[in-house]
Amino acid sequence: MSAAIDSHAHAGHDHHHGPAKGLMRWVLTTNHKDIGSMYLWFSFIMFLVGGSMAMVIRAELFQPGLQIVQPEFFNQMTTMHGLIMVFGAVMPAFVGLANWMIPLMIGAPDMALPRMNNFSFWLLPAAFGILLSTLFTEAGGPNFGWTFYAPLSTTYAPESVTFFIFGVHLMGVSSIMGAINVIATILNLRAPGMTLMKMPLFVWTWLITAFLLIAVMPVLAGCVTMMLMDIHFGTSFFNAAGGGDPVLFQHVFWFFGHPEVYIMILPAFGAVSAIIPAFARKPLFGYTSMVYATASIAFLSFIVWAHHMFTVGIPLTGELFFMYATMLIAVPTGVKVFNWVTTMWRGSMTFETPMLFAVAFVILFTIGGFSGLMLAIAPADFQYHDTYFVVAHFHYVLVPGAIFGIFASAYFWLPKWTGHMYDETLGKTHFWMSFIGMNLAFFPMHFVGLAGMPRRIPDYNLQFADFNMISSMGAFMFGATQLLFLFIVIKCIRGGKKAEAKPWDGAEGLEWSVPSPAPYHTFSTPPEVK
Amino acid sequence: MLRRPVLAGLLLACASFTVQAEWAVNMRPGVTDISQSVFDLHMIIFWICVAIGVVVFGVMFWSMLIHRRSSGQQPAHFHESTSVEVLWTVLPLVILLAMAVPATKTLIEIYDTSEADLDIQITGYQWKWQYKYLGEDVAFFSNLSTPSTQIHNQDDKGEHYLLEVDEPLVIPAGKKVRFLITAADVIHAWWVPDLAVKKDAIPGFINESWTKVDKPGIYRGQCAELCGKDHGFMPIVVDVKTPEDYAAWLAEKKAAAAAQRELTSKNWTLDELMARGEKAYQSNCAACHQASGEGMPPVFPALKGSAIATGPIDGHLDIVFNGKPGTAMAAYGKQLSEVDIAAIITYERNAWGNALGDMLTPQDVVKYKQAQE
Ligand code: HEC
Ligand code: HEM
Ligand SMILES: [Cu+2]
Ligand SMILES: [Cu+2]
Repeated sequence: MSAAIDSHAHAGHDHHHGPAKGLMRWVLTTNHKDIGSMYLWFSFIMFLVGGSMAMVIRAELFQPGLQIVQPEFFNQMTTMHGLIMVFGAVMPAFVGLANWMIPLMIGAPDMALPRMNNFSFWLLPAAFGILLSTLFTEAGGPNFGWTFYAPLSTTYAPESVTFFIFGVHLMGVSSIMGAINVIATILNLRAPGMTLMKMPLFVWTWLITAFLLIAVMPVLAGCVTMMLMDIHFGTSFFNAAGGGDPVLFQHVFWFFGHPEVYIMILPAFGAVSAIIPAFARKPLFGYTSMVYATASIAFLSFIVWAHHMFTVGIPLTGELFFMYATMLIAVPTGVKVFNWVTTMWRGSMTFETPMLFAVAFVILFTIGGFSGLMLAIAPADFQYHDTYFVVAHFHYVLVPGAIFGIFASAYFWLPKWTGHMYDETLGKTHFWMSFIGMNLAFFPMHFVGLAGMPRRIPDYNLQFADFNMISSMGAFMFGATQLLFLFIVIKCIRGGKKAEAKPWDGAEGLEWSVPSPAPYHTFSTPPEVK
Repeated sequence: MLRRPVLAGLLLACASFTVQAEWAVNMRPGVTDISQSVFDLHMIIFWICVAIGVVVFGVMFWSMLIHRRSSGQQPAHFHESTSVEVLWTVLPLVILLAMAVPATKTLIEIYDTSEADLDIQITGYQWKWQYKYLGEDVAFFSNLSTPSTQIHNQDDKGEHYLLEVDEPLVIPAGKKVRFLITAADVIHAWWVPDLAVKKDAIPGFINESWTKVDKPGIYRGQCAELCGKDHGFMPIVVDVKTPEDYAAWLAEKKAAAAAQRELTSKNWTLDELMARGEKAYQSNCAACHQASGEGMPPVFPALKGSAIATGPIDGHLDIVFNGKPGTAMAAYGKQLSEVDIAAIITYERNAWGNALGDMLTPQDVVKYKQAQE
């Protein structure tokens, strides 16, 4: 602890000189704002790359029959799309937000471990460079789904799977270091007077997320390491012919995988819990219950993993346990939604872009929660599992959940980051186009899924044709709209109305006490929190 | 059953949505008691969600319309209320408990695989299903029968596009049929929506499931677990026949098996083997090695001019019979009849300019098989 504080006193020295010049500023930087920006840009690039792959998928599914790609390549596209969106777009975006905002919110001068911070960012381009390069190998990139079930991903995998494993290891190392940094910062660098129960919810949700990360990323690493051993060193962890167990793979994977889905949503909960009160001009309802709900969700997320495995043939008692535990998660999640709605109740609301995204988050995430509740009912899941109903479900929690949470945060804090207001008209256009596009793209997936269309298929029976066409058109609309976001951000960086220190009259928190744009170094002397 | 009349009403409401098959928006109730219970569960939980949604979104939209700054609202300041918070924790809990009861009941029924009238072993292969009637000496593969011209848009697509097979699974109506589900290579999942049966087929495991269909008819499904390149092209068709028709079908199948044994012992000419081999090659090998024998290098090697296919016949038989562990090349010794193996190998050695002129007879394969055991 004292070491952490020492390195801080050190960083304080740079106070007078601003950032270094040129490229080396970004390579060597240990400044949380620089690193936060790099994470955010990286994640946006990955969002566009993963999004382009989604466009390929939707183009192939526009009509029945094989038109644009062959099944081999289609499988690579779904796999890479999933991997890139999860590990490349959503997770780094939240780490970027954490880097930028946590020190500003708790009155710390920087992250607790600035050099490690730099390293954990720069591992990511390496990891994704490796992952993407596999697409150019002779036998192609990973084609076994983002869940990479063995033995399809071991005995039957293309050779590039070794690169995939290495890439996953690098991402894991990066995430664990990022999480350690978040925990060290939050536990050690809070301004005097900032007790745990006074922390903004974004800080709370990130603290809990970081513990989840530290708990499950090693499990993922273990999982891919066992694959590596099966592929190259003659072991048979997952190979039935050698006495191994393919179902073990799924237990290990989902022990990581279910907490992972909360890793992708909890920070968004935190951000929305800052944005809704700001635009309702009314304090967050039920702060304490929000904290406890987040903690319960995190705890429960460790004991529900086999709800992804209802059809693998686990015994009846296991099936029942995982069904009940999963249904239970709906309770704390419900508490959160009710709290947000009650925060809006009798407020004095305005609907600037961050608020629009936050409100859409609450509505659409709740719809995704509803389909999640349906999926929890094990007998019904026999009909839903591995169909487009599931694809609809997780896109409702990931796109308007994680992604809209990120957009809401970006619009909310852009004035603080850039010192300029973004263009409100364009922001609202971005919102409405995204909102309409995403619902057109994903709502019909519920229908085709219930009607019997499996996921991860490049071609389908004619009965699914109409809804698939609508879905593809919605997807193209959503995809194209994201270029508008890029334009809005660049425009905002380059100029625009000057932003005040606190551009939103209802906003609360230390981040609004520093000027906009936030100076390169902030809180070199800690603020006093009453 | 108390909830029947209510559900009937709900069903009607849904049916009005589902009139046009092309725009089907809901799960089908299916044709078994289990599938009906599953459908009922689906509808109950769906309406619970709708009800909660109406309340939550109702309050939210009301608030968004009324509590605006533009309409001069002053913000309130409350931010806590223990009683309300307890209420909305407990209420969902009670609803969920109520939901868990019927779900548990249905799950217990689904898991009751005892006292079956008939056992069928289902094995998933890349990319086809094998059905084995245990104790009956009847076993066959079921392959996609949609022509590739339809898939590649050169022909009009039929009504059962991608949901049709060369040989469906046949089961008797009114009998409890137990499925023993496994796989030979990667994980697949056997799913027929109308029966509400979906079970993973996992190498090294035998999963159990069952169905009892009262209404004869044809029910279609698909593989539901990503299993590689042709995952989207391994459909399932179940043909439920009346017990009499089923008995007749089974007798015919057994006779065919006897005829097959006869074929194995008969003396084949090169031309006969070539003709049979070409057909068997198309349905079993062309997916990877292509009809032209040129394969799709580097993943699937060419057989045209390949060292093995033009080398010693024993080596050729060995790779086809035992496959190559660790690659997509499966062991066909367990999948194909002696006649077909002999025919395919003979075909590969004499097609596409591989003019070796030699042949392998079914008896050779039988001898090879015995030597291996
Ligand atoms: C799922 C794809 C697939 C199918 C279907 C398939 N093979 Fe193969 N086959 C392969 C692969 C992959 C190899 C290469 C194995 C290796 O790495 O040596 C191969 C290799 C071979 C070879 C050796 C070629 C050489 O020169 O190396 C022969 C002969 C062969 N297969 C015959 C057949 C026959 C006969 C059938 C049908 C009964 C068949 N294959 C079906 C994938 C397939
Ligand atoms: C740009 C908008 C998006 C579109 C149009 C889109 C479309 C799709 C489609 C059609 C599939 C199903 C592929 C299949 O099963 O054949 C899919 C899978 C998936 N998507 Fe998206 N998606 C989008 C955004 C996202 C985002 C933002 C995330 C994550 C944060 C995400 C995560 C996933 C995952 C994890 C899968 C599963 C991949 C797999 O089956 O292995 N997607 N997407
Ligand atoms: Cu889960
Ligand atoms: Cu499959």
